[in-house]
Amino acid sequence: MTAPVHMPAPQFSSTVPVERTHLGHALRSEWTKIRTVRSTIWTLGVMLVLILGINLLIVGLSSSDIVSDPVLGFGLFGVLLGQLCVMTLGVLVISSEYGTGMIRTTLTACPQRGRVLAAKAIVFFALTFTVTTVACALTALMNYATFGGKPVGEGSFLGPRLVVENGLTTASGTQWLGATVGVGLYVALLGLLSLAVGALLRHSAGAITTMMGVVLLPLIIAIFMQSDSLHKVQEKLIEYSSPNAIASLYQMPMLENGDADGVRQLVVLAIITAVALGAACATLSKRDV
Amino acid sequence: MIEAVGLTKTYGSKTAVYNLSFQVRPGMVTGFLGPNGSGKSTTMRMILGLDTPTAGRVTVGGQPFRQLPNAPRRVGALLDAKAVHGGRSARHHLLCLAQLSGIPARRVDEVLGVVGLQEVAGRRSKGFSLGMGQRLGIAAALLGDPEVLLFDEPVNGLDPEGIHWVRHLMRKLASEGRTVFVSSHLMSEMALTADHLIVIGRGQLLADMSVKDFIAGNSTGFAMVRTPDVAADREKLTKALTDAGAQVQQEQDGALRVTGLELPRISDLAHEAAVRLWELSPHQASLEEAYMRLTNGAVDYRSTADPRQGLQQPAGAPAPGGWGMPQQAPWPQPVPQQQPYGYGYGQPQQHPQQPPVQAYAPPVNPYTQPAAPAAPAAPSAPQPTEPVEDAR
Repeated sequence: MTAPVHMPAPQFSSTVPVERTHLGHALRSEWTKIRTVRSTIWTLGVMLVLILGINLLIVGLSSSDIVSDPVLGFGLFGVLLGQLCVMTLGVLVISSEYGTGMIRTTLTACPQRGRVLAAKAIVFFALTFTVTTVACALTALMNYATFGGKPVGEGSFLGPRLVVENGLTTASGTQWLGATVGVGLYVALLGLLSLAVGALLRHSAGAITTMMGVVLLPLIIAIFMQSDSLHKVQEKLIEYSSPNAIASLYQMPMLENGDADGVRQLVVLAIITAVALGAACATLSKRDV
Repeated sequence: MIEAVGLTKTYGSKTAVYNLSFQVRPGMVTGFLGPNGSGKSTTMRMILGLDTPTAGRVTVGGQPFRQLPNAPRRVGALLDAKAVHGGRSARHHLLCLAQLSGIPARRVDEVLGVVGLQEVAGRRSKGFSLGMGQRLGIAAALLGDPEVLLFDEPVNGLDPEGIHWVRHLMRKLASEGRTVFVSSHLMSEMALTADHLIVIGRGQLLADMSVKDFIAGNSTGFAMVRTPDVAADREKLTKALTDAGAQVQQEQDGALRVTGLELPRISDLAHEAAVRLWELSPHQASLEEAYMRLTNGAVDYRSTADPRQGLQQPAGAPAPGGWGMPQQAPWPQPVPQQQPYGYGYGQPQQHPQQPPVQAYAPPVNPYTQPAAPAAPAAPSAPQPTEPVEDAR
């Protein structure tokens, strides 16, 4: 109807001054993102149910007269399953953006890609570390109340790492630290590694499967290494496998040699995660989306 | 202002965009046209720093996109209506984008109002229709009050009201001095919206000019001539016109499409040949025709005729009813493109090749006969907008 008339208009500039963005903006944005999708509620909710529920079962079913393992140790079983939820969430935090195409919107709104990945990693790590540590602290308290302060009789069998004070079972400071912050840190790091793998593979199912392999395969492979020549390798595989790492943090390692506070496994996982995150950052910056 | 210089992108051995240089200027709407697979989206992604060019460079306001200190405040983009996390509500989606560039949360409700999504702001975008998705994408683009706006197929899936709204929105944004870069397949839409066109085909620049120049340069006007419906008259006139050096093409409804002669000359020739004229009207090609003409050589995906032989039962295998029914000889020919200009100037229509409208005609493929119901409906009451659009 109206022929488009070319009318030269003055160059537009917004009346509101443009501020330079920084990591703080990205952190707020990622916090909004993670709290507004249902997968977060579901995965963390299931994790809480597993960690607390399984522990409650153990506490309820145990005959608390016989204590031979570390007092806080029973938290292990719930965490072994609960870690899978954290890994799933770690993958989904980034791969769901690739799956839905949201990543293009995100990277258009913040072309500083390293910042986006850093914000995701920090928010996710802080959230899962907090939730896992709180859950583990609750189970530790539950277990201490149930298994701590029990009298140890003359003839009773005592596990090597059961702490006894004045003839009563108790937990050492290291055990408290390992069973709460230690486990929280390890599980959150596993989640962070999952996030890095998700960023590298850009595919939810693929990344989750990969992480299952990372967690389970070392132990499974070790089972089949029965020849003497491979004994050393088998030991290392078991020692640094994820289930044993968590067990070590509870001072219930599968192998009864060497120190078993899980610190070495934590350090190793931290190094692997840092390398994976570095690789994820490099590929994200370079790749077309 | 968007400036591309020698932009090239190859994926393996396939070149998506080759040596593309253009400028998108502020204060007007620039249309971005090209056939499917011509590299429009790739170019848009390179402008937004999502894809890295193999060679060349593209800047927005003089800076590469990925170096902008606060991209959403300078450039708003709608690339893909479905590029949202479906599990998040519209408001939360916009909120996380706003926070990314330090835009206050109040602004979110403001743009939700602008695009008309206040009612569904709390609903998860998974359930949105394509049109609602487009509106959400446009809201995201407007969030930062940017000076440069990119829209990839913005009217896709919108209802007429929405299309009207987008058209006005773009013209308004441009009139405020912003740079507006829009890709679309809808030529009639571009004709109404764009001031300037950038046309690419097979990843290369085909045209970079104003809409008016584009139509003038890539199409020729023609005259529509209609004689009384007597074959002898028509042939006499055709011969006279051809002898005078014109090119005459007979339209499906009997009108003649004449190029190469001025209107008065056609009238004189008809007078000399003693042929009465029922219509003699000037026609300017539409943007669509000009576009088709220009990109004809650069179309990657071209459809072929559908002979429907794969449906026929092999001989000697009679099926009960349905597909095996004996056909009325060949299928009706697909109706050639309709020429809306031809009809509706008070002349009784006759469509010799069309059967009378039947209540039920099983063997006739419904797709081949839209002319029958369409003919009386569309043109018999000439709408005021139609001729104006033709004249462009």
